[in-house]
Amino acid sequence: MATTEQTPRKTYFYRHSIVVRVTHWINVLCMTVLLMSGLQIFNAHPALYIGEKSNFDAPVLSMGAGRQPDGTLVGVTQILGTNFDTTGVLGLSKADGDRMSVRGFPSWSTIPGYQDLATGRRWHFFFAWLFVINGLVYIGYSIATGHWRQLVPTVAQLRHTGSAIREHLMLRFPKGEEAKTYNVLQKLAYFGVVVVVIPVLILAGLTMSPGMDAAFPWLLDIFGGRQTARTIHFIAATLLVLFVLVHMLMVLLSGVFNNMRSMITGRYRIEDDLEKPHAAE
Amino acid sequence: MPRNDTTSRRGFLRGAGLAAGTLVLGGCDSLSQAPWFRKLLFSAEQLTISAQRAVLGSNDLAREYTEADLSPKFRANGSTDPDDPKYRAMAANGFADWKLKVDGLVESPAEFSLADLRAMPSRTQITRHDCVEGWSCIGKWKGVPLGHVLEQVKLKPEARYLVFHCADALEKTLDGSGQYYESIGLDDAFHAQTILAYEMNDQVLPVAHGAPIRVRVERQLGYKMAKYMMRIEAVESFATIGGGNGGFWEDRGYEWYAGI
Repeated sequence: MATTEQTPRKTYFYRHSIVVRVTHWINVLCMTVLLMSGLQIFNAHPALYIGEKSNFDAPVLSMGAGRQPDGTLVGVTQILGTNFDTTGVLGLSKADGDRMSVRGFPSWSTIPGYQDLATGRRWHFFFAWLFVINGLVYIGYSIATGHWRQLVPTVAQLRHTGSAIREHLMLRFPKGEEAKTYNVLQKLAYFGVVVVVIPVLILAGLTMSPGMDAAFPWLLDIFGGRQTARTIHFIAATLLVLFVLVHMLMVLLSGVFNNMRSMITGRYRIEDDLEKPHAAE
Repeated sequence: MPRNDTTSRRGFLRGAGLAAGTLVLGGCDSLSQAPWFRKLLFSAEQLTISAQRAVLGSNDLAREYTEADLSPKFRANGSTDPDDPKYRAMAANGFADWKLKVDGLVESPAEFSLADLRAMPSRTQITRHDCVEGWSCIGKWKGVPLGHVLEQVKLKPEARYLVFHCADALEKTLDGSGQYYESIGLDDAFHAQTILAYEMNDQVLPVAHGAPIRVRVERQLGYKMAKYMMRIEAVESFATIGGGNGGFWEDRGYEWYAGI
């Protein structure tokens, strides 16, 4: 029954299992290192192409430095033939203190911070293995316990996608019973990342391996060539970064301490939804 | 005077954030150089080798392309014009005096002239060259299968690797540690597409691409495909050669197994 008190009742419930929490934080570590070492690897040849081979005269994206008429260097990022001045961040940025240096992504975004392709590859492949093993543990757990069902939106939920977007934009997040399960936007985002973005990212990464291409030539066919695969690897990584940014924004907006506690200890605090009558109580 | 709390707190958070960021980034750079951590990172290479060997059949071929796919401009990396005087003299003479020495753990060490190699059976293939930097070019290569050359000298049973000694020094050093060399295992040595190429795109192999001979190891990255080859040495282990890691780039932190 609805209560007469006006302060919402607070209850805690066990939201995230130990497996979900541990794999989540290993994922945080892996994705951070993979992104930053990936940018180090990208910097060895900061240009992307379409097809099997590199058409050096027509990259779809490239970063570098150009000289202005007065002799000063500018960082230039070229996307589909259009040039953008990205001095200070892309193409030309500060490294080793104050010295400007020509590099794709800036020193603060790469591992190592200095130019070192060999070490960047070592970081990337080590954490790629960890990422894959961690992902397999998560998927195995999800299948064994039925956790995966929580990630699949129901038809009823999908019908209300529009209103869910409106509620999110008004910063009104689910309360009460609704807060115990993922809402439709969370489901779409998590499902899309787990089932589409990450598998595409991994397969495109494998397609860059000449050994894997010999073992599975179809990899080259599904991506339309090794250089396209490299471009798709980059785009999928960008999508993953966007996902993480939105994810972190949502964590901040919907109660950062409550969210952090639930991902560390498992316990999530729920405030009763006073506007709705209690169901099944 | 009451301090502006919001500003100072924000300033503190900002400072703390920057400090934490610097610490983490600095930490990654320190870790990148710490021997124990490098050893840990390098351990992933064995996992990669095992995984790729599990799925890569020894006869699986790298994809071959058509004439229409050839790169109009095939980039040349590493040394493109060795300055070793002996090499330059041979190049000036069209490599008429060049001989490929094949020795080490073989039954009958031999030397082959360019004419000898050209007289042997040949294989022509249009393949994609993947540089560790990330770019790819497609080229047409003609040469003698390395396996055929090895049959002439007969490997001893204890031979496990082939070391390619090259004429170019990619780094100027007094102790010779800048000399280019590479090594491959026997699975790649006897692979059908592993050839000692003397022609590229129907022309005599240009100096920029490794004249007179460059090896093609099509299921690995470009740095394995040594140029300016002078000698092939069959060994049981490459631990005592160069920096002991099996190649010029391997001695500088790159993977010995460059199938990835």
